[in-house]
Amino acid sequence: MRIARAEHSRRHFLGRLGAATVAALLAGCDAASRSAWLPKVLGVGERASRSAQRLASSRRSMAQEFSPADLSPQFRSNGTANPDNPEYQALAATHFADWRLKIDGLVERPLKLSLQELRAMASRTQITRHDCVEGWSAIGQWTGVPLSAVLRLAVPRPQARYVVFHCADPMDAQGTLYYESIDFDDAYHPQTILAYELNGALLPIANGAPLRVRIERQLGYKMAKYLMRIELVSSFANIGAGNGGYWEDQGYEWYAGI
Amino acid sequence: MGIEGSMKLPDAPATAAPERGAAQRSYYRHSLAVRLLHWINVVALCVLLMSGLQIFNAHPALNWGRSSYTGAPAFFELAHGFPSWITLPGGHWLAMGRRWHLFFAWIFVINGLTYVIYSIASRHLARDLAPTRTDWRSIGRSIVDHVRLRHPTGEAARRYNVLQKLTYLFVIFGLLPFVILMGWALSPRLDTVVPGWVDVVGGRQSARTLHFIAAWALVAFVLVHVFEVLISGVINNLRSMITGRYVVESEHADRTR
Repeated sequence: MRIARAEHSRRHFLGRLGAATVAALLAGCDAASRSAWLPKVLGVGERASRSAQRLASSRRSMAQEFSPADLSPQFRSNGTANPDNPEYQALAATHFADWRLKIDGLVERPLKLSLQELRAMASRTQITRHDCVEGWSAIGQWTGVPLSAVLRLAVPRPQARYVVFHCADPMDAQGTLYYESIDFDDAYHPQTILAYELNGALLPIANGAPLRVRIERQLGYKMAKYLMRIELVSSFANIGAGNGGYWEDQGYEWYAGI
Repeated sequence: MGIEGSMKLPDAPATAAPERGAAQRSYYRHSLAVRLLHWINVVALCVLLMSGLQIFNAHPALNWGRSSYTGAPAFFELAHGFPSWITLPGGHWLAMGRRWHLFFAWIFVINGLTYVIYSIASRHLARDLAPTRTDWRSIGRSIVDHVRLRHPTGEAARRYNVLQKLTYLFVIFGLLPFVILMGWALSPRLDTVVPGWVDVVGGRQSARTLHFIAAWALVAFVLVHVFEVLISGVINNLRSMITGRYVVESEHADRTR
């Protein structure tokens, strides 16, 4: 009987100790999340995933392409649906007749291409699935110019390592513009296109008109909309907060393969 | 270590536990490797579940098919997602939830692989987890015992019972690899390894749904596991998973405790 009571109070104590430990651990995890060191430690996971995914699949591995039967009835617009930017609105007012895509940075031949010039180039059409970091996905048909073709026109310099996309959509009250970056493996991938059509019609403003990039082996936030300028760089340390993209500067992974 | 870790070695050191009387003997039940891997797994699964619910909250709906927008509505939806006390971090913070999740996914996979290799090499798997012919014959009795919450005592308590063995095998070689595979299916890059492989389960959004269901199936397993630990001698069970020592009462011991 005495033993039973001792056992009972020991269990009670263990239970309370367990609950207190869990509460302290959770508070610790939340505090650590806001620290400078923990996100860096956890970032090891991103680098490990990038290496493992590149080992598991080739540089030219192809994303699944679908049939028209799989098309989402309406392709979801996420993030910016209509850029709050007077310069962009002026361009949209004339159906982007005066819009030019600038290609500069570490290139031998800086370019300015109109929508017509881009449409005159050989195009690629693909029905692919767009995977958002939030967890949803949508299937759409995209038509555009392979980024590789545009890069070959501009002739990248040997020092160039990344392709940076500068966009027209302001993301906050300070007017920080959206941007993104990819490396040359993805830039020269056959399915990486500068898309001007969605589901056989002109790309709607809600989905990034007049031009957005498709990077089919990464998550949606990599696929910048409202493209204005493509810059080739050796490092993106001096762009934005230095992490290679708007969402990367908010703590998201630069490599968005999962 | 592997030999020490065996549960059934006839010459397992038997020591008297004086404070409990001569009717009790303790023996070395769990090897250091099993204990370490078990507790690492506990931490990893807790972080993965809670950060997983954080990620789920960014789009708190489940769909079946190749995309979320197939024309069919979501079959499961939570208006406000899971409460912040069960997510990591607490409050909406998808970027940090992903960091926790994708870091601990590596811990979980490396830990699990180490366990499988260790269990095969040390014969822990063959000796302690593989059901014997006697086990298969006793399956009916074992079910009745579980329903009545009766647990093996004495020498029989030194071995896992057949339902326990089958459950562990199902979790280790079924549920855990499945939840990992369904996690990989969510990666647009890993989907390119064999384009279209995710269609085996109905598509990428089906895989997300199955990842979610498998995670809750693991929670159900843990609840039953912890329940069994509690009612079959919590101190003894905890001690054996911390120090390795497990106390068995001899056949004639008084079981009224």
